[in-house]
Amino acid sequence: MKLYDVTDLAFRNLRESVFRNSLTTIGISVGVASLVAMLSLGIGLQQLASRRLEKSGLFDTVIATSRRDLRNFREQREEGPPPAESPSLDEPARKRIEQIPGVVEAYPDIRFVTDVRIDGKPHLTMVASIPFSAKNNNDAFEGVQGSFFSSEAAPEVILQKSFAEELLGITPKQGTDNTNIAELAKSLLGRELTMRYAERTTAPSSSLAGQSDGAAYSVVSHQQVLKIVGLTDLDPDSMRGVARARVFLPLKLAQDLHVMPSSLRDTSASDSASYTSLSVRVANPNQVPVVEDAIKKMGFGAFSLVDATRSMRQFFAVLDGFLAIFGSLALAVASIGIVNTLVMAILERRREIGIMKAVGASDADVRGLFFAEAGAMGLVGGAVGVTLGWAIGRLINFGTNIYLERQHFPPAQIWSVPLWLVLGAIAFSIAVSLLSGLYPAARAARLDPVQALRYE
Amino acid sequence: MKTSGNTPSSGLVYPSSSGEPFDSMEISEPNSLAVHTENVCRHYQMGEAVVRAVDGISIDIRAGEFVALLGASGSGKSSLLNLVAGLDRPTSGAVIVHENNLAALSREQLAKYRLHTVGMVFQSFNLIPSMTLLENVELPMRFAEVDRHERSSLARESLDRVGLSGRLAHRPTELSGGEQQRASLARALINRPKLLLADEPTGNLDSRTGTEIMELIRTFNQSLGMTVLMVTHEQALAEKYAGRMLHLADGNLIADVGNGDVANISSAPSPAPPGETQ
Repeated sequence: MKLYDVTDLAFRNLRESVFRNSLTTIGISVGVASLVAMLSLGIGLQQLASRRLEKSGLFDTVIATSRRDLRNFREQREEGPPPAESPSLDEPARKRIEQIPGVVEAYPDIRFVTDVRIDGKPHLTMVASIPFSAKNNNDAFEGVQGSFFSSEAAPEVILQKSFAEELLGITPKQGTDNTNIAELAKSLLGRELTMRYAERTTAPSSSLAGQSDGAAYSVVSHQQVLKIVGLTDLDPDSMRGVARARVFLPLKLAQDLHVMPSSLRDTSASDSASYTSLSVRVANPNQVPVVEDAIKKMGFGAFSLVDATRSMRQFFAVLDGFLAIFGSLALAVASIGIVNTLVMAILERRREIGIMKAVGASDADVRGLFFAEAGAMGLVGGAVGVTLGWAIGRLINFGTNIYLERQHFPPAQIWSVPLWLVLGAIAFSIAVSLLSGLYPAARAARLDPVQALRYE
Repeated sequence: MKTSGNTPSSGLVYPSSSGEPFDSMEISEPNSLAVHTENVCRHYQMGEAVVRAVDGISIDIRAGEFVALLGASGSGKSSLLNLVAGLDRPTSGAVIVHENNLAALSREQLAKYRLHTVGMVFQSFNLIPSMTLLENVELPMRFAEVDRHERSSLARESLDRVGLSGRLAHRPTELSGGEQQRASLARALINRPKLLLADEPTGNLDSRTGTEIMELIRTFNQSLGMTVLMVTHEQALAEKYAGRMLHLADGNLIADVGNGDVANISSAPSPAPPGETQ
């Protein structure tokens, strides 16, 4: 029999017992829906975690350091010129690094400990620079209270929540984190604070007779008034580890201020400022090792944390596996429903099968027909199930976001139904249905036509 | 599914099913052997007992003959018809129809044989209730993989020939018994078989409708030269339409009657040639 005829007869037969076949198909739909809902949540959580990690800069960032910085013992093991002969990590070097294929941007990591005053009261903290591009790339600023910096060099700051609490004299109870960031924002946004810092200026060479390398500089004390524009709950500076900053300035402003670094080391510095380290952001985490190598070849130190993603992927693969198993249980139950429905159909259509055989249907024709019916139920059940699973996922996402909002967390997309999941779930549903149809189809094909024609 | 094999005893031999209405159907060569059974038996095991439904029947039916199988209930006439139809397999002996040894055919080959070589009409019509008349008549052509448009026009033509052109979209339950049997005839002939097998075709019909059906069958027999083997328990009907009557009792052939004369062959197992008086 031609495929068209098999399909046509199969759908005709399914329509004849529409109620029973609908119930069976709904059973398959529920099975597929639970599978899709489970996996969409697993995938969604994985994507959420990946997104957060990617935006944290942990996995798409290479830290380039000057090999002249002898504090880092790791440098000793690396190949390349001795530290004293290695190039300086200065502005031309930054531009060269930015030219490496795959690099989106390379920006200096400016950070210093300084005194910040509000209402005349001093607070000592670490201040760090944030590139203007972080507005779109750093997750920590997605749920920011207030706004991001208005321009690249605006005299504005974003405060970390714990520092905001310190400024307002609030001490959160140990082990709890229930201070409402919105309340803090109300009290602080728009207010001004004064930052005191030491500016490093190159001394005129005439003032230092006999010195020709221009290594002399002077330190001038300054202060800068900064407007508080934002408050963030998350830690945009998480990758820096120990030296966590709690006040963030626009990078351009920090560069213009020429703040003297916390420690003195690059004594051979010329007119152009040299950087302690550069954050090199790469377009795709896969390119990190290549960029890392390229930076090392230029004579700088480089490291990244890209390997850490591997264990995360492993964890989510196991999680998805468990979710798929639980989701498939309902589909397994549904497959028993298919067997039951088709066996019932054989009993009901025994005479019809006999007639078909009498007028020339082969065993393969009858088997194909029952197979097609099982496949059709799988296809329809799969399609409805994917839609249902998608809706359940949306509902869970919606409910979760209401909960997150009440807990004053930014909304999150914890659910994702990629195209491969849609197609895969439908294909799996058809495969399970065909498998369930094997026994009934074989049984129908084996029917003795004489016996079947006698059946009333 | 179209095969043109012509190997006696194991191969299948059947006409091409590609589309001509049965007006122009090929007629089997007159006097060639259409059906030959040789000491054919069909025994059933019923618990401890063995039921000998067909017990060593040997017959020859020439192409174009109209033969009636007569006998009381349980005489084995329907069992013999099922063996010739390829619906059942003999316990022993041979059934050869148009050079096909049915006992040697595989299940797949038997299905093709039923599809192309024989057409069947049943007492209870056996139309599929969920299908319209047109779809019922089209059904064998689906198995023969005839093109959709072609089979629709052939089925319409076939139904028109049995006088049902106005009932194409009706379901069997909406029709009278006579109409259902006419549709069943149209379906049996749609793949242009060489052999028409009818199992009590008028058994569920009143006498006037029964006569109509028998006239149709006679027309197909006479105008198309189609061999007809009909099971009936009505002697009068057989005498009126059949050219030869085979009487069965307890699975045995007890008489082979042709041209109005009765030849008692219960003592002589080999059948007489058709039409020949002993």
